[in-house]
Amino acid sequence: MKIAVCISCVPDTTSKINFTENNTEFNKDGIQFIINPNDEFGLTKAIFIKEQNQAEVTVISVGESSIEPVLRKALAIGADSAVRIDNKAKDSICVAKNLSSYLAENKFDLIIMGKESADYNGGVVHGIIAENIGMQFVNACVGLEISDDSFIIEREMEGGTEKVKIKSPVIIAGQKGLVEEKDLKIPNMRGIMQARTKPLNVLESENFDFIQSIEFSKPSENKECVFIDKENVAELVKILNEKEKVI
Amino acid sequence: MKILVFAENWDGIFKKSSFEAISYSRELAEQNNYELITLCFNNVSQEELNKLSKYGSSTVFTTNPIDKVDSISMSKLISDLTIQHDIKLFIFSSTYSSKMFAPRLSAKLNSSIFTNVVELPSSLNPLKLKKKVFSSKAFEIAKSSSEKNIIMLHPNSYGVKEFSSNLQSSEFTAESKSEIEIINIEKSSGKVNLSEADIVVSAGRGMKGPENWELIEELANCLNAATACSKPVSDIGWRPHSEHVGQTGKTVAPNLYFAIGISGAIQHLAGVNSSKVMVAINTDPEASFFKAAHYGIVGDAFNVVPKLIEEIKNIKN
Repeated sequence: MKIAVCISCVPDTTSKINFTENNTEFNKDGIQFIINPNDEFGLTKAIFIKEQNQAEVTVISVGESSIEPVLRKALAIGADSAVRIDNKAKDSICVAKNLSSYLAENKFDLIIMGKESADYNGGVVHGIIAENIGMQFVNACVGLEISDDSFIIEREMEGGTEKVKIKSPVIIAGQKGLVEEKDLKIPNMRGIMQARTKPLNVLESENFDFIQSIEFSKPSENKECVFIDKENVAELVKILNEKEKVI
Repeated sequence: MKILVFAENWDGIFKKSSFEAISYSRELAEQNNYELITLCFNNVSQEELNKLSKYGSSTVFTTNPIDKVDSISMSKLISDLTIQHDIKLFIFSSTYSSKMFAPRLSAKLNSSIFTNVVELPSSLNPLKLKKKVFSSKAFEIAKSSSEKNIIMLHPNSYGVKEFSSNLQSSEFTAESKSEIEIINIEKSSGKVNLSEADIVVSAGRGMKGPENWELIEELANCLNAATACSKPVSDIGWRPHSEHVGQTGKTVAPNLYFAIGISGAIQHLAGVNSSKVMVAINTDPEASFFKAAHYGIVGDAFNVVPKLIEEIKNIKN
């Protein structure tokens, strides 16, 4: 089986978000980049499938050369090869179109990615690719099993979950639950050494002009917290009811 | 110009997010003299359909049933309707199914797509929208260069606004030959949906164990609130992943958010900081949630929450 895992490189989740160039660019100073957490669940799932069913795992990302250490980490975790599509990755449509070209030319039985990236939270790349390359697609996946030439996929939905069976090939967008947090793969020394010699191919990209970013801003800071004595809970309820009118 | 809003239903019932999308679309249509078309699929009773007219739907198309997981049929249905009616702008609430069919639709129509939109457009030509980015740690204003555009609303951002109108519905037949076999559906019955809840009662490791969640559920029940939890709590399996709010879980924006025994890691705050009022209850006066909260009580949840339940019951009666 051939599995593609599309990953996005995002600021570490503890990062303070600041902007530069008159609030038009994200300030990368001092920011550590990581594999997007939703994608990491997908990558780990792909490695589990590889260990159990002998699959070949390719990681693909759209980005500039600065993302290569993150791709090397994915190789150290267990992917067999990596592909970087050289592009600034300015918006999700541009990312999706570049990934679509690659995924249309190189056939995979299963394409896994995260349901959304932790930076721009677009959550549309998977669906656009699915349409472009004519594949079935399931979002918000919390379970995946292989059953002959089909996949049994569990997805989250409003007020519950749904289990479906779909014939290969398919695109799934995963999240926590696809594998558990405690099962996430951490690269070991052997993996890190092997990753150095695994192939990392760089491909040219195309630019598309659908959406332009104009400006960023940050939410206004809250005023000071109003503390209420623990013996005076009634006062809090009164404020929430009469002043804030939220209960 | 025509704009289309999708009024999603769940087992024949519309929810707040459907009315919010209609409210947003109606305002946009009124301001700009656009014609608004509402799309609704599956079997919805006339009585339920009439609810849409309270928020401004007049021309409504209803269709035969389609499985929500079948994004191919869903996007084809909307694209067929688009060809017949020359629609240029699409408004969807961010739900599990719209997140599957909307990106497909954008690829079909070669349109731009904007997610987590929080306001009406500041300009229409070119279309300029404000959206949440970095898991609610920031906003971005972005501009479209496309003729067709899809707007996906962040739940609880615009709100529900009444606008009475006369409803006229007609049928639109959709093709649906799904290659997806549904094996089973598991529903957590009777729960308030976390993403669109007006009030969320959330708790963390301070609750000491899953057996103590009865207290949290009782508080949620008397407020008709959804329950939620912090990341560590879902990681150790005290609560299901679907309740985890924060950067790697769900982003919520209720009117009122209770953080009980949650210290307030930056990743958690990112997922909840759009809440209108935040109340923190924690034994540790240094807990970082107090820096984000509007109101705080330094105290033990096991003493404070029962009192809170009692006082809320008092005012509700």
